[in-house]
Amino acid sequence: MAKHGMRVIVLTYLLFLLILPIGLIGWRTFGDGPGPFIDALTTHSALHAFQVTLVVAGWAVVLNTLFGVLAALLLVRHDFPGKRLLSALIDLPLAVSPVVVGLALILVYGAFSPAGGWLEGRGIQIIFSTPGMVLATVFVCLPLVVRSIVPVLEEMGDEQEQAAQTLGAGGWQTFRRITLPGIRAALGYGIVLSLARALGEYGAVAVVSGRTVDQTQTLTLFVEERFENFDVQASYAAALALAVIAVASLLATKLLRPKDGS
Amino acid sequence: MSETTKSTTATLDEKVATAGPDSPPGGKGRSVRPVGLGGGAGGAGGTAIGVGIATIFLSAVVLIPLAAVIWKGASQGPGGFWDAITTPDAWAALKLTVIASLVVALVNLVMGTLIAWVLVRDSFPGKGLLDLLIDLPFALPTIVAGLVLLTLYGTDSPLGVSLAYTRTGVVVALLFVTLPFVVRTVQPVLLELDKDMEQAAASLGAGNWTIFRRIILPNLVPAMLAGTALAFTRAVAEFGSTVLISGNVPFKTQVAAVHIFGQIESDNTAAAAATSTALLVLSLLVLLTIDLMRRWGARRG
Amino acid sequence: MAIEIRDVNKSFGEAAVLRDVSVDVASGSLTALLGPSGGGKSTLLRVIAGLERPDSGQVLISGKDATRLPPQRRGVGFVFQHYAAFKHMTVFENVAFGLKIRKRPKPEIKKRVEELLELVHLDQFAARYPAQLSGGQRQRMALARALAVNPEVLLLDEPFGALDAQVRKELRTWLRRLHDEVHVTTVFVTHDQEEAIEVADTIVVLADGVVQQAGAPGDIYDNPASPFVMRFLGPVTEIGGRLLRPHDVVISTEPGPGTRPAVITRVVRLGFETRVEFQVREPGEPGEEHPAWAQMTRESAGRLSAEAGTEVHVRPSVQAATVPAS
Repeated sequence: MAKHGMRVIVLTYLLFLLILPIGLIGWRTFGDGPGPFIDALTTHSALHAFQVTLVVAGWAVVLNTLFGVLAALLLVRHDFPGKRLLSALIDLPLAVSPVVVGLALILVYGAFSPAGGWLEGRGIQIIFSTPGMVLATVFVCLPLVVRSIVPVLEEMGDEQEQAAQTLGAGGWQTFRRITLPGIRAALGYGIVLSLARALGEYGAVAVVSGRTVDQTQTLTLFVEERFENFDVQASYAAALALAVIAVASLLATKLLRPKDGS
Repeated sequence: MSETTKSTTATLDEKVATAGPDSPPGGKGRSVRPVGLGGGAGGAGGTAIGVGIATIFLSAVVLIPLAAVIWKGASQGPGGFWDAITTPDAWAALKLTVIASLVVALVNLVMGTLIAWVLVRDSFPGKGLLDLLIDLPFALPTIVAGLVLLTLYGTDSPLGVSLAYTRTGVVVALLFVTLPFVVRTVQPVLLELDKDMEQAAASLGAGNWTIFRRIILPNLVPAMLAGTALAFTRAVAEFGSTVLISGNVPFKTQVAAVHIFGQIESDNTAAAAATSTALLVLSLLVLLTIDLMRRWGARRG
Repeated sequence: MAIEIRDVNKSFGEAAVLRDVSVDVASGSLTALLGPSGGGKSTLLRVIAGLERPDSGQVLISGKDATRLPPQRRGVGFVFQHYAAFKHMTVFENVAFGLKIRKRPKPEIKKRVEELLELVHLDQFAARYPAQLSGGQRQRMALARALAVNPEVLLLDEPFGALDAQVRKELRTWLRRLHDEVHVTTVFVTHDQEEAIEVADTIVVLADGVVQQAGAPGDIYDNPASPFVMRFLGPVTEIGGRLLRPHDVVISTEPGPGTRPAVITRVVRLGFETRVEFQVREPGEPGEEHPAWAQMTRESAGRLSAEAGTEVHVRPSVQAATVPAS
């Protein structure tokens, strides 16, 4: 009896918190058939938002992957003073509110700060422009690649790499032929996590982008802006598109997730 | 517990408790040597270059910007900082954030553990799908999460339950985005829990409730608390999901992150920095607590 | 000399793992680094390979100073204790790895790898992945991989350590035969004295980071330089304050020059050999007795008609190698 009671409580909770809301948005979007959905997503603004989102997420994922691999190798394979500090700093972004991330970047790279002003003088605009949005996205995604790779690198050990070295492989060859294939699945997992997070980031990007329609508006910003302007159809359509991306990446991570005990 | 934290699932959006690099590499007791990018015994130079690049990157993206927030927040001295976070609207927002996050953390503690329990020990059709859905709040962009909830609990709610522009609405939004934390930290522990212990207790005459209270619960507590603390930090920091459903009503439904956003929009960065510093300190304290708890757990197990 | 190690010191933090170690390895020899675990033998092997850098001292390979050379440029083949098989490559790709790095032409690689796989009896397994091989097969693959690049020296870290007893014995004989065929200077690390004596033509005994003794197996066995080496290389017993091999104990019924009185406590027949345990009374120390034992053939035990309680007289045999007990 207790067992069934618990099951009912859990299912009810999840029904009202998770399943109904998500089901409803699909129903609302497609309530009038797929036509309006497609129309709403093919307006100039929507397409532009798609494009901005892809550019920002693409750069952020590339940077985050390079940094993630480097940091993971340093943390697992190398010894240096301040290693624990580096490790702690990498996890720090998880504890920071997206809005605070945005504020932090504005304070350093905004046009009225010394660094931002200096860059502005050289024609490089960070805040209210793509670089700032990339920085914000990198910030919020920072730990994802590192933390996906580190356990696998530890598990793998360094013997295969040493064996490659005794066989004549240099540092880069060892990395490319031995280390990289060993961490491939974990790296893929981390990249998908980062990509999903990057595509869906809202708060940090909202602060640093200036939210200019047709310029720095990402898809998440588009959802909010359309909703506030009572264009609910477009808002729902974009939200559903993002939800589909989220579900796809969720499924991808399930496939890529390192199996326990293997 | 160290095993637990290691096998704890990484999920979209957030990576729950992670195995730190301070745990021995590979568990084989080998010393850490420069290999890979460094290249053999002569890798000290490679290490230095790598650390240099990582430090510069981390400084540019994370360290200097966060330092700037604290610098700005503290620029008016302790008195100025205190004045900035105790203006009526800032204080109300901080108070709402902390109280709502505490409520959310407690609900997660109970419901998250219960969900984990049902997912591990119960079986019914569709359980696999449900297990998959648990991670959805991490995968879903927060603004979409907010929109989704507003659809069901907004002013034209098909259920007739309107939570829009209410504190309850804020709590529901926070519950949605923090759902996976406790579930995903407790679940692996429950999976690895030795059934022999329960059977031994049963053979010694312990009833179901006693077994749960005396055998299972003590093993789950570290994971439950770690998950709850993570849910709390996430709730404190949350922005996107609360924007739409809260309606951003000062003194009523405005959470701290939304308040900071408003201050930035009105170019009041000093006030925004002060409130941000308060949030940062709060999150760091909780993270520190988690770390201490993890060490305590690792020592026990 | 293929390898010359000169006054090498190495510490990990506070712990000195190698202390003024000097070892010569002759070209074409098969040398065992023998010692208890933690004695520094694996570290010494890794120093030779360039996987560890010594704090001081020199390593010469084929007469050239290699102390500062990275492992890639030392021309050594290294077989790791747990094989370090490249898990994502087939057996063929594993063996071909070093040749590919050296950018040899494809047909040459193919020919060389096939040759080697035949040599290690893995020609049937070229397309398999390491996970599909047994421990012994993985070991042989690792060996072929190390040999593929024609190393000047072959280094093996506890090559049989992770295998079960039966496979160990087989591979031991096989390694000896392989060495006789290939003639590459080989150094292997082991903690098993039987393995070292059976396979190697030179043994270097290493303990506490110090070379205790080096020489041919027979020499070391017969003329151990210290009680430690004597104990480590085979069974010992003690008579008259000296250590000796149990098969060097002479038991007679009558007293003679240099004998000590003893009382047999137990006679154990172990197939061909018989183990006689007794209590020795040392002269000059009345009432002082200590246990000792002798190893003899069944025949000589029969001649002695030894049984528990028999009073006998014991002494070291004339040619016995002995060292002071402490």
